[in-house]
Amino acid sequence: MELILSAGIGALAASGIYLLLRPRTYQVVIGLSLLSYAVNLFIFSMGRLRVNAPPVLEPGGVGDLLRYTDPVPQALVLTAIVIGFAMTALFLVVLLVSRGFTGTDHVDGREPPRGD
Amino acid sequence: MLSVFILAPFGGSLIAIFFPSDQRGATAWFAGAIALICFLVTAGLYPFVATGGVLRYQLDWIPELGLNFTLRMDGFAWLFSALITAIGFLVVLYARYYMAEEDPVPRFFALFLAFMGSMLGVVLSGNLILLAVFWELTSIVSFLLIGYWHHNAHARDGARIALTMTGMGGLAMFVGLLLIGRVVGSYDLDAVLASGDAIRNDPLYNAILVLVLLGALTKSAQFPFHFWLPHAMAAPTPVSAYLHSATMVKAGVFLLARLWPVMAGTEAWFWIVGLAGLTTLLLGAYFAIFQQDLKGLLAYSTISHLGLITVLLSLGSPLAAVAAVFHIVNHATFKASLFMAAGIIDHETGTRDMRRLSGLFHYMPITATLAMVASAAMAGVPLLNGFLSKEMFFAEAIETHLVNALDTATPYVATIASMFAVTYSLRFIHSVFYGPLPSDLPKKPHEPPRWMRAPVDFLVLACLVVGTIPAQTIGPFLHTAVVSILREETPRYSLAVWHGWNIPLIMSFVALSGGVGLYFLMRSYLRTGVEGPPIFRLLEGQRIFERVLVTLSWKWARSLEQSLGTRHLQPQMRLLVFLALAAGALPLAIGGFRLPPLLLRGIDPAFALLWGIGIACAVGSAFLAKFHRLAALVLLGGAGLVTCLTFVWLSAPDLAVTQLLVEIVTTVLILLGLRWLPKRIEEPETADIPLKVRFRRLRDFLLATMAGGGVALVAYTVMTRPLTPETIASYFLGRAYHQGGGTNVVNVILVDFRGFDTLGEIAVLCIVALTVFALLLRFRPHPDSLETPEQQKVQKAYDDDHPERVEGDSVAEYLHIPSVIMRWMFPVTGMLAAYLFLRGHDLPGGGFAAGIAMSIGFILQYMSGGTRWVEERLRIHPLRWMSIGLLVALATGVGSWLFGYPFLTSRSEYASLPIIGKVPLASAILFDLGVFSLVLGATVLLLIALAHQSVRRASRPHMRAARPEREAAQ
Repeated sequence: MELILSAGIGALAASGIYLLLRPRTYQVVIGLSLLSYAVNLFIFSMGRLRVNAPPVLEPGGVGDLLRYTDPVPQALVLTAIVIGFAMTALFLVVLLVSRGFTGTDHVDGREPPRGD
Repeated sequence: MLSVFILAPFGGSLIAIFFPSDQRGATAWFAGAIALICFLVTAGLYPFVATGGVLRYQLDWIPELGLNFTLRMDGFAWLFSALITAIGFLVVLYARYYMAEEDPVPRFFALFLAFMGSMLGVVLSGNLILLAVFWELTSIVSFLLIGYWHHNAHARDGARIALTMTGMGGLAMFVGLLLIGRVVGSYDLDAVLASGDAIRNDPLYNAILVLVLLGALTKSAQFPFHFWLPHAMAAPTPVSAYLHSATMVKAGVFLLARLWPVMAGTEAWFWIVGLAGLTTLLLGAYFAIFQQDLKGLLAYSTISHLGLITVLLSLGSPLAAVAAVFHIVNHATFKASLFMAAGIIDHETGTRDMRRLSGLFHYMPITATLAMVASAAMAGVPLLNGFLSKEMFFAEAIETHLVNALDTATPYVATIASMFAVTYSLRFIHSVFYGPLPSDLPKKPHEPPRWMRAPVDFLVLACLVVGTIPAQTIGPFLHTAVVSILREETPRYSLAVWHGWNIPLIMSFVALSGGVGLYFLMRSYLRTGVEGPPIFRLLEGQRIFERVLVTLSWKWARSLEQSLGTRHLQPQMRLLVFLALAAGALPLAIGGFRLPPLLLRGIDPAFALLWGIGIACAVGSAFLAKFHRLAALVLLGGAGLVTCLTFVWLSAPDLAVTQLLVEIVTTVLILLGLRWLPKRIEEPETADIPLKVRFRRLRDFLLATMAGGGVALVAYTVMTRPLTPETIASYFLGRAYHQGGGTNVVNVILVDFRGFDTLGEIAVLCIVALTVFALLLRFRPHPDSLETPEQQKVQKAYDDDHPERVEGDSVAEYLHIPSVIMRWMFPVTGMLAAYLFLRGHDLPGGGFAAGIAMSIGFILQYMSGGTRWVEERLRIHPLRWMSIGLLVALATGVGSWLFGYPFLTSRSEYASLPIIGKVPLASAILFDLGVFSLVLGATVLLLIALAHQSVRRASRPHMRAARPEREAAQ
């Protein structure tokens, strides 16, 4: 389990970073989304992987980490998902507006002398 | 007492700034009253100080750093305070008449008072750091004062030069003072003054000396830093009279005198201070002869006199120190009166140019007489105060202090400089007040108002009285000051006017007669009206300064920026990734790293398959994002779904729900945006991809692989280690139900334990939505994107070809069945959102998920019916939703204050509702309601703002009137 998930995280992160370094704004937006998956999973995995562990307490009960999943990384990731969404939206719109203003979708706002 | 004394000018400054600008008189009287009160307080403190007492006031500031607000008044500080406040008062009185109608007077007096306060702070500081703070304050306020007429380029330049020079010096001095503090172990002035030997014998002494001297010499305009002072003459004359007689420039020599007991007496001190002082004394006097501007002459003369004081302090003998303190006072009186006289001449005639002024004695005999007495004091004519201190200077100059060339040269240089002083003083008087009557003056000159001249009267009287009966007037005050510096070293000295026939007197005679002779020799040259001294005018300090400044702040900065900076995003990102990688690898490289064992057992084939797909999606998306945007988006969604399933698999249902919903909204959002991107058709990959591009791609690929590999490695290492049972998670797990009243720990954390974070987070969401909205308001699509999309062209062509069809039919029929379903789904979606919301506290769900679910309901309506169709039937006010959400969340937080609990404290109950059953009714649910409302509003605002772009385009007159919006989603 751990091996597969960490490979997955690595692949997501590598793809995301590669796209982050590319010259077109759309590539960067997609790259950021991929990277945020990777980061979310990474943070989530810090609570260790638990299959079939109850995430919700018994009413009136007191939980402990032996029987329940770790809620802290989950709360962090929940926040991160929403913020990640906001970030994607913002970058997307900045991308569109920049394209409207400058006429190019290059990250520098102008085409390089010779194409990449 | 002392603190009030310091606060009064600053407080007065704050009040003065609020005076209406037409209340010139009132502002002046106010400022004058403050200065007078300060002076009277100073005077009242004299009896205490005279007995050798030291007045102290201490307020702990940062005691751990040895930094206290310590004020300390001894005899020397008292003398300075008296000078500052007395001359301050006289200058205010003078400025009342000097400042013109159109000048913003409140600003002037506010700055003036602030300057007085800073200067008092410098002399009264009992702590070295406090001293540096006030020192910088004087630099800053003097900058504002010199640049008071900021519409004048000359004033701006002068102010800038003054600030740069004194500010730089001040910084150097600050370092020096910090070093002193280190050596002594305390920043307290008393402690420092008591440890002179420790400082002088410290290996750091030379560094300290140079740094402190940099501060003192720049402030006192000593060679080679002298050139800022003449440029500061662009200030209003009252400012010059104050700053360049009694205060600003005296701060430098004040510091030299203050630290004299601990730093003077070494050879390094003698050489540096002596050389600077002697050069300044001579050059300043020489330059002063050749000035055409009255104030310019006085400025160079000031420089020269400061040089004299510096030389005296350099000698290291107690008698010389006495002479220095005496000359500080004398110079302040005669120079302030001369500046004021120059200002009066300027004010009444409209010019300060000595080539145009002449014969003014005829028009203003009283002012002329006063100026003559004052300049005689400046020249060192007997029976005036300048003579006395100059005699003491001569007496010290001929003494041998250290056997070297500089010491031997001192008496000769002193005599020559005094000769020059006589020459320029004579020139000042002769060319302005005598000679033919002036012909081309801008104004007809006359005597100034009575009270404008009063300060000059007073100061000149002081020169005379001190010059004739020194021992009975200045004597005791001087003695108190000298004793506070020299303590037991205080020498016997005599302030008598007549010491008999001795060498100093002969030197004075030589200087006087030589100076007069020199003036008459040079008259013909001076009449030619060339500005500046011969030869030296080519070597102008300001020009060198400007060149250095341009080189430093422009040329070098530019070339540094060009070589180190970039305007391209990609290199910056690359650097960022590289640094992150290095920062991640460094601790492992230093601390060592043990690879965890590979755990191959327990692998679920289904999970492996899932991630096989996930990895393929990620890599594919990276590969296709340039030319196949839609495909890349689909693959991105694939990776997102895999992430979502992983959350389900690994017992995180909350995350899975949220991820799924966010995934949907993100996809819709990007789909809406795709429409506005430029077309990019993949060219067949040929072999002629430039080598550079190939290299760049390979490098990025390697970088990305390394970063990804690193992340995977770290993740794997952490995951394979057992979790310590006691983490903060235990805290939340243990208290979620009993304190938060919910069984869904994640939700309880979000809305209760860490509610404040969530509040911040939804605020971010709010800001993003508004930013997007604002950006899109000004959105102008690129002309390329304005063309009708391919699909709509086909649909239109089909409608045109079939006569029974009206244009737009095909569009309306398009995806007809799904649209109907979507329309009917609306209530269901709403129900789902409500369900997610209500169960949130106890079961997976919550405000976030519910808000996004609800917004999906709305966007489905837009997709099925089109923007117009929806908005005819349903008015959504996303901005209202957002503001209500934020307000509700805030109000919930504030509400707990009403019950005496901290912000966002939650209270929980279960309520039994009919049919529905038991519902958790924590106050956190109200907070969650706010979150719900805000998330809904923000998401809908984002989506609608983007979807609206196609409608906006269609509403332009040259476009077809009706256009469905679905195109945007294609």
